[in-house]
Parts: sequence; C-alpha cells; structure tokens
Amino acid sequence: MQTLFLRGPSATLRMIIFVIISLALMTVDHRWKHLDAVRNTLSYLLYPVEYVVDLPIRLYYWSEEVMSSQQNLLDENRQLRDMQLQSRVQLQKLDILEKENERLRKLLSATPKTTEDHLIAEIISVDVDPYRHFIVLNKGTNDGAYRGQPIIDAHGVMGQIVYVNAMTSTAMLITDVSHAIPVQIDRTGLRSVAFGTGQTDYLDLRHIPHNADLRVGDKLISSGLGERFPRNYPVAVITKIDRDTGETFIDVRAEPLAQLDTSREVLLVWTQNHEKAMPEPEQPAETPDKDAIEKPVEEPDKEDVEEPADAAE
Amino acid sequence: MLPNNLKVALLSLFVAFMLTIIPLPGWVVEFRPDWVTLVLIYWAMALPERTGVTIGWLVGLMLDVSHGAILGQHALGLMLVIYIVHIQHQRLRVASLVQQAIVIFFLLLLKQLIVLWVSGIVGHAPDTWLYFMPTITGAMLWPWIYIIMRDVRRKFGYRAHY
Repeated sequence: MQTLFLRGPSATLRMIIFVIISLALMTVDHRWKHLDAVRNTLSYLLYPVEYVVDLPIRLYYWSEEVMSSQQNLLDENRQLRDMQLQSRVQLQKLDILEKENERLRKLLSATPKTTEDHLIAEIISVDVDPYRHFIVLNKGTNDGAYRGQPIIDAHGVMGQIVYVNAMTSTAMLITDVSHAIPVQIDRTGLRSVAFGTGQTDYLDLRHIPHNADLRVGDKLISSGLGERFPRNYPVAVITKIDRDTGETFIDVRAEPLAQLDTSREVLLVWTQNHEKAMPEPEQPAETPDKDAIEKPVEEPDKEDVEEPADAAE
Repeated sequence: MLPNNLKVALLSLFVAFMLTIIPLPGWVVEFRPDWVTLVLIYWAMALPERTGVTIGWLVGLMLDVSHGAILGQHALGLMLVIYIVHIQHQRLRVASLVQQAIVIFFLLLLKQLIVLWVSGIVGHAPDTWLYFMPTITGAMLWPWIYIIMRDVRRKFGYRAHY
C-alpha cells in the first residue's frame, strides 16, 4: 500500500514516545547497568558484521602461516625452543621462591596468594569509537569471561572487560578517559591510582604530594586494591614528573607497558574471587553491581572515578 | 522470501555497519562519515512507508552496541533525524543534490550534537573540533551515496516509484 501523504500524528507520537524511551534507557543503562541482556541480544546481530570485517585480517595471518617456508618455521621453532629453555630455567628459580614465599606467608598467617587462571583471547580488528579506547575480543560468556575481568598482554596490564556478550566482549583499555587502575610504585611501595587520559601513550597519576619519592623510570605495578586487577602485574613506567610548587600535587605521567595498539593476542585473567566458571552467564552478570559498591576505583564511569581521590594517598 | 527491496535495504545497512567498524589508519579515523545514518536517511527518503522512526530507533540502538556507547545515545539521535526526514521526505526528494547535501549536513550535525550532549552528561565528551568532521565528510559524500543507492535500488528493487 502506498499513500501519498504520510505525515500524520502517528509518526510524531511515536517520535515522542521513543524520545521518552531513549531517555529512560540511557538513565537505566548509565546508572544501574542492568541492560546487559539487551546489549547481548543486539550483539548477536552485529557479530556477523564484525566477523566479516575481521576476516581479511584473519586470512592474512592464516596465509602468512601457510606460506611461510619450512626453513623459516624450523628457525622459528629452534628460536622458540631456546627461549622456552631459558624461561624454564628462570621458572625453576621462581617456583622455589614461590614455595618459600608461601611457607613464609603461612608462618605469618598472612592471606595466601593464589594463582590465577588465564585464557588467550584474540583482538577482533574492528574500530569501535575514535574517542574511546575500546577493543573487541573474540571471547565471551561462552568462555567464562565476565564483566570487569582484567586483560593483560605479555608486557603488562591492558585493561578490563566492560561489556560481555556470548561470543565477543568489549574491553576498555587503561588509557580510556574513564578508566582508572590502582597501582603501586615497584621501588617504594607508594600507592596511587593511574587514570587514563584518552591519549594512547600516557596515564596520569593524580593526588601525589610533593614530598613523594618518585623518579622517572620507576615501574608501576598493579596494587590489587579494589580487588579487580590481580596484584603485581606491571602497568606503566613513569616518564615525566612535573613538580610545580604552585600546585597542590605534582603532575606525574606514566607510559603504559602493555602494547596497547599492536598486540593481537591478549590474556584474560581470572582473579581469585572469580573462579573460572565454564558457560555460566548468571555468575558474571551479578558480580559487577557488588563490585561497584565495594570498589568504585575501576568502575568505568567518570563519577565513580572521581571518588577514589582519597584512596590514592 | 524477503522482498527485493528489503533485501537490498538490509544488505546496504550491513555494508554501512561494516564501513563503520572497519579498521582505518589513525589519521582518517576522525573523518569517517556516519555511514549508517546516511544510508538510513536514504531509505527514509526512498521508502518512507517502510523506514520510520521505529526502524531508525532500532538501528540506532545497534549503533550504540557497536560503539560501546550508552544504550539510547545514538538511538535517540538517529531516531530524531529519521523523524525529520520522514515528515519532510517529499520536499527532500525534489530538492537538488546540493540542496539535499546541505540539509543532510544539518541532520548529521543534529545527531552529532545529541550524541555529544549525552557523552558530555556522562562525562567523556571528546574535546576536539575534529569530532564534527564526520558531519562535513558525510554531507560531502551525500550526492555519491544518493546516486549509488538509487541505482542499486532501481536495479534490484522491484518497485521503482521514485
């Protein structure tokens, strides 16, 4: 049926209704984050698009593997074997140290440090939003990923998962403007919070007093406060300290150690409060709210991020 | 079986979403036009009885999911744009391509502004004028998008009433 005049009250009325629904939806999504199911359903529709976009890149990597000559593979194999031997030797030492550490902790009746579970995820090559630092990963609730899960690469902490779908998940990098991670200076143990700046190459350490013992080149490791990120993973290296006596705090910049824009593979980490539960979407879905109350530090919202100011000292 | 027009419309949206997320080198990322909005504006002009505010809102919601934005942010913007196109489609159709491009510029600007306002309220508004580049590139690309879409629709759509 084709009508000549389509304008009428119905379109305007629907428009007004949708405006109200949109406002309600935005409020609910921003305040309570209960809309994972909606997001999840819609992401099924988007999955083929992401798959198709990522396909050429995947084909490129695949063809690179297929086309590489036997000699190359043999060389690489030998190299990797050497590297594995070296790391195994180092691991032996570490193993003993870990055992000793555990024994000493037991003597002190300190909380035992448990090991974490890992899973390798691949970054799907899609651009999300040029003004946010998001990446899309090829693991979702089907693999036990949960919202708030830390992700790391071979060099350091990369970020955390913010939306998790069945087959994919979206992660926020530590450099996003609304991200913050509790850190500790490796050398002195001074605790702080590293805020994302929206720039890929540096984080901001805020609320550091003038008399703090800091040097350029100091390594920042995750402090484990806030209980979202596991402890003692490298995060960044201090690159610039600006001590302006007119300001209350000093201006400290740190460069992330993780290769945020070049890594193709990342590790999902299951921390001790999240046992690696295979397909059980209920469990991860309920945790973020509890987390939000107890540890607002890494909640990916600006308002929440503002708060941990006093926790930083 | 889906009617041809619907197939073409779905395919064009699929391609538009692909173009939205396809990785680009860093310096062009900010110039990437809002493909989905442009394509949907075309369909709201060509098939207004099929492409109304409901479709606009739902597609906007998909855009929210693909951008990792707050649900409703792009949906609100796209829905309002489609609403304006919907009620003005007869006037838009007879306008010249340049006039259309000017209108499209303001429509895209409206959507960018709505998205910007919501981002600002939530607290992560981009602080660069480059944010408005997609509006300009989108308006400049409009004549080509329009012609390509029209030819595709005429070739594959069984109903060519315009």
